Amino acid sequence: MTGLLVVAAGVLCACGTYLVLGRQLSRVIIGFGLLGHGVNLLLVLSGGDGGDPAFAGPGTTAADVDRFADPLPQAFVLTAIVITFGVVAFLLALAHRSWRLTADDEVEDDIEDRRIAAAAREGDRAGGDA
Amino acid sequence: MLFALLGAHAASAAAVLAARRRLGRAAWVVGALGPAAVLAWLAANAGRLADGEAVEARAEWIGGLDLALDLRVDAFAALMLVLVAGIGVLVFAYARSYLGPAPRAARAAALLALFAGAMTGVVVADNVLVLYVAWELTSVTSYLLIGLDDEDAGARAAAQHALLVTALGGLAMLAGLVLLGQQAGTFRLGELVAAPPSGTVTVAALVLVLVGAFTKSAQYPFHSWLPGAMVAPTPVSAYLHAAAMVKAGVYLVARLAPAFADVGVWRPLVVTVGLVTMVAGGLRALRPFDLKQLLAFGTISQLGFLVVLFGIGRPEATVAGCALLLAHGLFKAALFMVVGIVDHETGTRDVRRLPALAGRGWRTVRAVAVASAASMAAVPPLAGFVAKEEAYGALVDGPGGDRLVLAGIVAGSVLTVAYSLRFVVALLRPGAVAGAAGSRAPAAHAPPGAFVAPAVVLAAATVVLGVAPAVWSGLVDHAAHALDGRAHAHLSLWHGPSVPLLLSAATLAAGAALFAARRPVAALQAATAPPVSGTRVYDAAVRGLLRGAARLTAVVQPGSLPLYAGVILLTAAVATTVALVSGPWWPGWPDAVGRTAHVPVAALLVVGAVASTVARRRFAAVMLLGVVGYAMAVLFVVQGAPDLALTQFGVETLFVVVFLLVLRQLPDRFEHRRTGAGRLVRLAVSAVVGVFVMVAAVAAAGSRTAEPVSRAMSEQAWPEGHGRNVVNVILVDIRGFDTLGEITVLVAAAIGIVALARAGRRPRPRARDRALTGEEVGS
Repeated sequence: MTGLLVVAAGVLCACGTYLVLGRQLSRVIIGFGLLGHGVNLLLVLSGGDGGDPAFAGPGTTAADVDRFADPLPQAFVLTAIVITFGVVAFLLALAHRSWRLTADDEVEDDIEDRRIAAAAREGDRAGGDA
Repeated sequence: MLFALLGAHAASAAAVLAARRRLGRAAWVVGALGPAAVLAWLAANAGRLADGEAVEARAEWIGGLDLALDLRVDAFAALMLVLVAGIGVLVFAYARSYLGPAPRAARAAALLALFAGAMTGVVVADNVLVLYVAWELTSVTSYLLIGLDDEDAGARAAAQHALLVTALGGLAMLAGLVLLGQQAGTFRLGELVAAPPSGTVTVAALVLVLVGAFTKSAQYPFHSWLPGAMVAPTPVSAYLHAAAMVKAGVYLVARLAPAFADVGVWRPLVVTVGLVTMVAGGLRALRPFDLKQLLAFGTISQLGFLVVLFGIGRPEATVAGCALLLAHGLFKAALFMVVGIVDHETGTRDVRRLPALAGRGWRTVRAVAVASAASMAAVPPLAGFVAKEEAYGALVDGPGGDRLVLAGIVAGSVLTVAYSLRFVVALLRPGAVAGAAGSRAPAAHAPPGAFVAPAVVLAAATVVLGVAPAVWSGLVDHAAHALDGRAHAHLSLWHGPSVPLLLSAATLAAGAALFAARRPVAALQAATAPPVSGTRVYDAAVRGLLRGAARLTAVVQPGSLPLYAGVILLTAAVATTVALVSGPWWPGWPDAVGRTAHVPVAALLVVGAVASTVARRRFAAVMLLGVVGYAMAVLFVVQGAPDLALTQFGVETLFVVVFLLVLRQLPDRFEHRRTGAGRLVRLAVSAVVGVFVMVAAVAAAGSRTAEPVSRAMSEQAWPEGHGRNVVNVILVDIRGFDTLGEITVLVAAAIGIVALARAGRRPRPRARDRALTGEEVGS
């Protein structure tokens, strides 16, 4: 196993997290893409150092199988790539819509939640006065 | 048969609801079928029950968990059933006149029938869990009945108050019952009492059960819901809050006391709570001008009395409790009916506005009121007197500690006499109680005979049981004997010149004196009234709960997406990292370079990731993300995964193209936003997540203990899956359903994307939107 790739997975996820924690939707999307790559890398690493492509046939022997790269993480990663693409595309559509509505791609706080918080402060003040 | 009786209640309720248009007043007849069936069943089985036999029924529920619907009727349950079903039938007859075909009458009739069924369930349940279910059903039907007038905010609040208090008590009781059942190894009430467990857990369980019983029976300090519940129609009050439901707590205390009275804090706790309730309720009953409120506090006081008698857990007191249980049901239901008649016919039950109840029709009502109130005050020769004599007798002969209890009960009884007198005088001479002399106009009209008849039946029973105690001596004897094998009752009117008789006389005299001195007593009570009432404590508790919930919500749900994401990621990272590092999974750091080809790929990944993170221009950031994606594709080639590489190339290209299409509309540069402290926090969280990923990668690679499952997949791909590409066989064959789910996700995302792209083509101006938002937050 390559330590450098482990570090790369960590950096990808850290960069992705940093962007996802931001407030600009387009950067959140990029962060999501980075996170996806980081996690895919993690999955690939869990399959060991790789090997021959896993192509089987009538003549495949146990020795051939030993040389195969682990196919199961590959199947997972394949699914993950496609799903990540679906999610990112959806987020892009959201950003597009957000831009058309507000001419901004900022992720704003939930108004309903802020209203609850305001009501709680209001209640505290009223309670303090009474 | 017992199940059929319970079913009859439910069926009659359903019938009333289904045919409410056609039934009219007949709804009350249909609703009364359940209690009537119980009465008929009791009459048919009276002989068996009197012989000390119990009628049992059992239906398997969940066999594996040893859960069964156990029902059991012994003589004490029969006594309760006489009360529940007998008064039930009379209340239905009474409600027929009181509510008649009013808009909500059908609902009330159905709910009362359901309630009667639930209460019957409480009494006949032998499994404590079944008892709990029936118990909560009575709470729920009580809630619906108190809030019958659902357009009245006061009624809704009172209903909620009653439900919250009794249901919370019920939950405590459930916990207690489960603990008790586990200690005893059985959930059957009969076996539990026959072989009671002991120990600290049992004591805690009993206290929890008692909390349930106290809330249900409106004992201090949980009493405040009962006076509020008086907003319900009077038939409901007479049935639920005087005769039946509030006795559920007393019933439970009575069932458990013979077995558990000597365990831990039972006797001091129950007797103290009961005495406090009896005296405090009696004191409060001296104050209201609303006759129904007077009766409500009188009921609280009497329930305290009952709790004391049963809670002591000695045979003589149990006998007295059984007698008082029946006597109280008779006189209190009749008194409530009287108040309801007055309220219904004159439009008020406030002493200060009550007209003179003169005339032929009112004479019967007054007679019922006088007889029943006299029974409440324990005037001979009425049922209440017989019961009170038993109570005094039981405590006079008891050990030393009972003398204190006796003193408390005498004090409570003096108050009972005073408020009974107050009630009677308020009806007959309202001016004397209201403090405003002068004659009052007579009531406009008198109640019809059918309206008064149920109360007359109850009052007649009060008189008959008083004059001829032999009539119910057997019933009480069997009931008490069923609770406590040592108990034997022999009720009689005349015990000779004894201490109890002297005490009774003294009680009556003191009570009369207390009523005569009502003005100074009222002044004293007003001066010494406690600063907080139970209702205000309840209100403050509810308000505090709501405010606490709002404050908590404001903290944990501030509406900020970055905050939520940060908390989730940080929790996942920290918790897992700690577990990984502290556990035995750590295999040590791997070599820096496993394959030479990894070095440029890793460099490309790191550089691309960091560069796209710090990029100031959107376009550059997207292109750098593309670099990372292509580097991943190269890595897949190196690792021997050509499918992944192909997919990654294709997807990454498509992604960059789509992103650029959207980016055309957005400004090229990211806006600069100053987030000084926030930025540091973001950096810290990101660093923690990065470290977590590295630790997880190393630990995961080093923790393999079994043969990879994928080996078998590779071997079986061709012979079983008929595919050369193992990854493909895994996706479409071995994990076929997962792939189907994946396709579904993609389709859902595609639909969402189309909807978002096409929806709302009209852009709204930004300034106005902001202004709206600001207003909403401020308001």
